Amino acid sequence: MSSSAFVRQLSGDLNNLEKRQSIWEKINVDPPLLFALVVLTGFGLLVLYSATDGNEAEMRRQIIFIILAFIVMFSVAQVDVRVMRRWAPLMYLGSLGLLVAVLFFGATSNGAQRWLDLPGLPRFQPSEIMKIVLPLTLAAYFSRRAIPPRFKHIFWSLMLLGLPAVLIAMQPDLGTALLIGVSGVFVLLLAGISWKLVGSALGVGLLSIPAMWVFYLKEYQQQRILTFLNPENDPLGTGWNIIQSKTAIGSGGMYGKGWLNGVQSRLDFLPEGQTDFIVAVLAEEFGLAGVLFLLVLYLAIIARGLYIAAVSSDMFTRLLAGSITLTFFVYVFVNIGMVSGLLPVVGVPLPMVSLGGTSIVTLMLGFGILMSIHSHAKTAFRYAN
Amino acid sequence: MINDITLKDHTQERRTFLSRLLIGGIITILLVGFLISRLIYLQIYQHEYYSTVSDNNRIYRQTVVPTRGLIYDRNGILLADNKPSFNLTVIREKVSDMDASISLIQSLIDLPEQEVEEFKQRLRRRGVPLSSVPVTYALSEDEIAKLAVNQFHLPGFQVEAQLVRSYPLGAPIAHALGYLSSITEAELRNLNAEEYRGTHQMGKIGIERFYESLLHGQVGYETVEKNARGQIMKVLDRVDPVPGEDLVLHLDSQLQLAAWEALGDYRGGVVALDVATGGVLAMVSKPAFDPNLFVSGISQAAYSALNDPVETPLFNRALAKYAPGSTMKPFIGLAGLDFGVRTREYQVQDPGYFILQGDSHIYHDWTWWITETGHDLVNLAKAIYQSCDTYFWDMALDLGIDQMAEFLDKFGFGQNTSVDISQASQGTLPSRAWKMETLGQPWYPGETLNSAIGQGYTEATPLQLATATMVLANKGQWRQPMLLKRVGLLNEDIQHESAIPDVTLKNPDDWNFMHQAMQDVVHKDDGGYRNNGTAYPYITMLEKMPYHMAGKSGTAQVIGMAADFDNDAEVPERYRDHALFISFAPVENPSIALAVFIEHGVGGSGVAGPIAKIILDAYLLDEFGEVKQAFLAEPEQEPELQISSIEAMQEQL
Repeated sequence: MSSSAFVRQLSGDLNNLEKRQSIWEKINVDPPLLFALVVLTGFGLLVLYSATDGNEAEMRRQIIFIILAFIVMFSVAQVDVRVMRRWAPLMYLGSLGLLVAVLFFGATSNGAQRWLDLPGLPRFQPSEIMKIVLPLTLAAYFSRRAIPPRFKHIFWSLMLLGLPAVLIAMQPDLGTALLIGVSGVFVLLLAGISWKLVGSALGVGLLSIPAMWVFYLKEYQQQRILTFLNPENDPLGTGWNIIQSKTAIGSGGMYGKGWLNGVQSRLDFLPEGQTDFIVAVLAEEFGLAGVLFLLVLYLAIIARGLYIAAVSSDMFTRLLAGSITLTFFVYVFVNIGMVSGLLPVVGVPLPMVSLGGTSIVTLMLGFGILMSIHSHAKTAFRYAN
Repeated sequence: MINDITLKDHTQERRTFLSRLLIGGIITILLVGFLISRLIYLQIYQHEYYSTVSDNNRIYRQTVVPTRGLIYDRNGILLADNKPSFNLTVIREKVSDMDASISLIQSLIDLPEQEVEEFKQRLRRRGVPLSSVPVTYALSEDEIAKLAVNQFHLPGFQVEAQLVRSYPLGAPIAHALGYLSSITEAELRNLNAEEYRGTHQMGKIGIERFYESLLHGQVGYETVEKNARGQIMKVLDRVDPVPGEDLVLHLDSQLQLAAWEALGDYRGGVVALDVATGGVLAMVSKPAFDPNLFVSGISQAAYSALNDPVETPLFNRALAKYAPGSTMKPFIGLAGLDFGVRTREYQVQDPGYFILQGDSHIYHDWTWWITETGHDLVNLAKAIYQSCDTYFWDMALDLGIDQMAEFLDKFGFGQNTSVDISQASQGTLPSRAWKMETLGQPWYPGETLNSAIGQGYTEATPLQLATATMVLANKGQWRQPMLLKRVGLLNEDIQHESAIPDVTLKNPDDWNFMHQAMQDVVHKDDGGYRNNGTAYPYITMLEKMPYHMAGKSGTAQVIGMAADFDNDAEVPERYRDHALFISFAPVENPSIALAVFIEHGVGGSGVAGPIAKIILDAYLLDEFGEVKQAFLAEPEQEPELQISSIEAMQEQL
């Protein structure tokens, strides 16, 4: 016991020992991260106001969800994440159970069975919970095993990863299944899985694309990819979204048309302008400058997340913080890439900005974990001393 | 040593992790750079191009609303029409201050707050850009003029000629037909958003609701190019809408109006069925409402008038459940014969009351309140045409509630057997199992007595009574009641296969026996009060009828009454008995089956009976007062039927 405390002292930041506890540390909040998140959500609401035509009811709902999300973040930050490691197997099994329950009892909307109505609880998507629980489980798994991981451990971790991904893909919600898979893969990559393995997995993946196309992808999914490759093929059908969003972005220019002046979005050319395509509204009204400002905010959050992961004291919190941060970036990249025509259209909202409460709450829960990792690491030193 | 290894491993692990994290960070920055270069490409290099696309070349897809199908009666008379009307509409994108514009309009024309609310709700639905949303319907010339003068202050608003639903017959047919009205937000959630993009109204009750999907049609699309001011420059592509189907109903609008008139000032419901097909010839509930009011947006004052607690014009009495009273006797009588608990000849001595062993309550026959004597010796036929309660109480104890329920179930009681009248109540068909399930209580013998005369828990709708009468007239052959006759004016009639098994009797001649007994209710004249059919003094005695009518009256208690409440005129109206009459005619060739319900009408035979006769006359007789050719029995069958009816009469005597 004493020797491991000794090790932590050496590898940790010695300055912490002398610093007095600030008010932020007392309430376990990381000021840089909080600042970036507040600015981001504020900016997001501004864009959303324009995208919803100033719809009061939708704005009120979104603001309530954002406040709720900050409360969730704050509450999660109070819990020492290391406690969660012990509970990881239980949380994993519980979330898996909920995913199975969705397949049997879930509410169906738009042809997919994603929502669960449990008595006494608001309607929710169990796949949202898995977004946090899966990286947590894998981080807990590898924190107790050799790094870089052995082949046997990689195999079992892929099982842990594959089970929920398959269950979510069965809903069907291929987009979320892939993103959850990615969050798990990040844990593996950060844990030091050998590049040879990564390379061969990528090779197998590429080779299996034709088979996936024929046997697995549904017609509408194939259509999305074909449209992505050549949107002008079907300008009024499936290509409509992407042509309109590119027009909105391109016509925004350097400084945009001004807030509430986006012709494409205001005149309803742009579909899904409030949800998945909101970045096109932003680009049209605030121009390249506005998008760059948004990207700077995202980069600041990601940089802070990576820093927290880097200075973290043990492998569990490192892997968890790293995976949460990199997954967050994937959301940003996939969404903006899709709206600007770099990637096929998959239903991924722009994090913290798109209309929709559950995704914001889940994301903020992740940031709460980051804050907890950072804050409790410091207190751990203090106690050890 | 061990400590050293741990120490070394930890640093090694941390180093591995950090190197991976660094790679992650670098890839992140590269990808962000990739995104930024894409955005620079779109927003700087292609800015000119996309600006042109955005400014000049606005391709819209707009919906083209399908024309709603028309509704005709069986004789081709138009029941629901689409009439051009001048409506005030608005294109929301062109209005800068909606609230100010609305208050200006309110100062010009009569636009109640409630209509403004409905308009705002329509406005909230995300429709096609630059499409017009109706503000108010059916503007008068005066209103159009006032709006035209102020057009300058009302950018985005215009008066448009649009098709609006119209119901030429108005209130008498409102409950059967239903009406079209603004789609509510709750309804919107269950609709196909794509199909209803340009549609602002949908059917609310009756035919308009049930056949909404047929009547609505399929939405069409137009791809148009508009300029920056939203004007259409050219139409690029058009998918025509498919207009809704025209519907032809079994309803006979003349009969419907006749039934409406026949009800007079009474409140009540009437259902008339075509015995051959089960088609609904008339379905009246009175009082009713003008369905046209709902189409153009009903005012608050008009709406609260429709919610009068006594009149309840919105309430469909033809489909609501009431105690059916003695109209149940023909069916329960058949049950007694079929289960073998009674023969046709079996007689009871009726003193005017009935005492159940172990029950302190004395069950008084309806005659007790008039004469304090009973019906004397009563067989089943007499128990029907004289409506003797005592006979049925005595029989019910041998029949038992469960056999009674089993038999009545075959006639459609306790269920909604209609094909397309979804709002009809299922009524109540009590049994031991039913009572245990719904009330958690055991069955008491006294309740069997109440059920035997259609009181107590038993409840049936006028629609159910008409249906059961039709099955009885058809000698057990089932036809399910249906409003729709055919889809499309020139198509074939729908042949609906009845999903309900026919009723078979052990002795099929029991059908003829019961037809005769019901004919006696109306036609039996035995010289004296004690042996007449109950409805004879009110119908046949007054006027010779050119056809035979079978019927059965019912007078259903609304509350239990003390013995001295024998004069109904003294009783407050809301406590007076309901009056019912079921009927079919002509007996020799049953063509129409009918149920008449009169709320607090007091006399089944005296009030509901004559109304039933007027309705039958309206359907069966031509302008000379003769039975129409179509309803006459085939000649070769006629003598045979007469013989059997004479035999039946002889049997009774």
